[in-house]
Amino acid sequence: MEETTLNNDIHVKLTEKFGEKVTAVSEPYGLLTFVTYKDVIVNVLSHLKEELKFNFLTDITAVHYPGKDHGIAVVYHLHNMVEKVRVRIKVFISEQNPTIPTATTLWKGANWMERETYDLFGVKFEGHPDLRRILNMDDLGVHPMLKQYPLEDPNRVDKKDEFFGR
Amino acid sequence: MNHNHPVFTDNDPQSELVTLNLGPTHPATHGVFQNVLQLDGERIVSGVSTIGYIHRAFEKIAEHRPFYQITPLTDRLNYCSSPINNMGWHMTVEKLLNIQIPKRVDYLRVIIMELSRIADHIICNTIIGQDTGATTTFLYLFQFREHIYEIFEEVCGARLTTNIGRIGGFERDFNDIAFAKIDKFLKEFPKALKEFENLLTRNRIFIDRTAGVAEVSKETALEYSWTGPLLRATGVDYDVRVSDPYSSYQDFDFEIPVGTSGDIYDRYLVRNEEMWQSVRIIEQAVVKLKTEPKGIFHADVPEFYLPPKQEVYNNMEALIYHFKIVMGEIDAPKAEVYHAVEGGNGELGFYLINDGGRTPYRLHFRRPSFINYQMFAPMSEGMLLSDAIINMSSMNIIAGELDA
Repeated sequence: MEETTLNNDIHVKLTEKFGEKVTAVSEPYGLLTFVTYKDVIVNVLSHLKEELKFNFLTDITAVHYPGKDHGIAVVYHLHNMVEKVRVRIKVFISEQNPTIPTATTLWKGANWMERETYDLFGVKFEGHPDLRRILNMDDLGVHPMLKQYPLEDPNRVDKKDEFFGR
Repeated sequence: MNHNHPVFTDNDPQSELVTLNLGPTHPATHGVFQNVLQLDGERIVSGVSTIGYIHRAFEKIAEHRPFYQITPLTDRLNYCSSPINNMGWHMTVEKLLNIQIPKRVDYLRVIIMELSRIADHIICNTIIGQDTGATTTFLYLFQFREHIYEIFEEVCGARLTTNIGRIGGFERDFNDIAFAKIDKFLKEFPKALKEFENLLTRNRIFIDRTAGVAEVSKETALEYSWTGPLLRATGVDYDVRVSDPYSSYQDFDFEIPVGTSGDIYDRYLVRNEEMWQSVRIIEQAVVKLKTEPKGIFHADVPEFYLPPKQEVYNNMEALIYHFKIVMGEIDAPKAEVYHAVEGGNGELGFYLINDGGRTPYRLHFRRPSFINYQMFAPMSEGMLLSDAIINMSSMNIIAGELDA
């Protein structure tokens, strides 16, 4: 498979540069995915952008895994349009202190993506020029995509997964 | 009022600047967006975009719904081309479940998706005409959007928020009337599009209003993560249909038009050419369909595709499958998947994380309107107010997709 060797190539180059800081490499559905840490995330992104030609930032979002040490995953999707490869980068940060350096220094387009992530998950992007809520009203007070905010009545039991054998 | 709310005040009596609230419900913005602009005469000095007026928390709602109930949510993203969103979502789930789709279904989908692309571009291009003062083009070409909606109606029963298709294919086969309407459209639309182009493309007034206005370089466009016709107008030949083909787009022969300067005129030309290419694709798809075995309109995956109602009432197995699908009891792999389609406005991405529950653990929409629109305020600086209005309509920002 062509794509796999290409992914392997990227993986090798990243490991050469960042060593232990690039972990949990996997390839779900052919998309190279790895985990890195917030102290090197800007270096990783800029290395990918400048050296490995991932010049396009497709998306930034987050996922909440409550109850874990580092319960919020910030997820970046980058795209190398020339070689037609995508890569997914995850950074797990703590729920109590969800901060991560901003990517707006690399891509201006990261601005609103980070504002959306801040609005919905409360992730504070350090160095962001204008970190305000974007979709919700300013005085909402909570970050609604976090799992502790239920959409439906939490006392309702008829939809609990355990009643469906899960 | 919150201290960081971006509203300018006219308290300074010495100030020569005027604050203008463009929106949220301004007829020139074609949707619910607010821009607070500082004007020096007719020139924009600075602007702040406020969005979120129709934020409906689709990502949160999606975490509480089984896969097939998420399709109606995607309708309401870019509601000018709902079928592309619907099918993008279906293809994401199919990718997750590793479902192989028959060629005939792919081609049927291509027909519907390209029709929606035409409908989307009709709206954008005719409204650029409208905003520059040419009402004729708007009224004239808009009837073909109506014809496209009639085709959708024939296929799925709905017009705007289509909820078309299912995971695995379509809910029913296209009937003869649908094919007749597609043929009729393919015959009549090129003539009308030609006339539409004759009215605008070499029109002196139109060129004066659009050429050289809101020019964007390739580098800036990529920096701001632009995709779709806006990016192509700047000269980058990125189209998901070609770079990452889905639904058998690799079987079709079509071109990706690109512009040079990224100005409004180029965007108009790119969208027009894309409509021609879409017509070409649909024509090829109609021919290809003739060689495919008839009557196949969904993949053979009973555990994911809802059985016909008649079967459900008379057949035990069908009843079980029906129950399992409706209750969200299908076994999907615990995995994460990103799937992108070329929507009317650019790369529409679905990032789905499944943890084996009844509903997605997380679903994120990469919405091209949202990402494209963030450049509107910075690029308006120094622009005339009237130019900013056409700039906005040429960006084809759809409020539903902007706010999700």
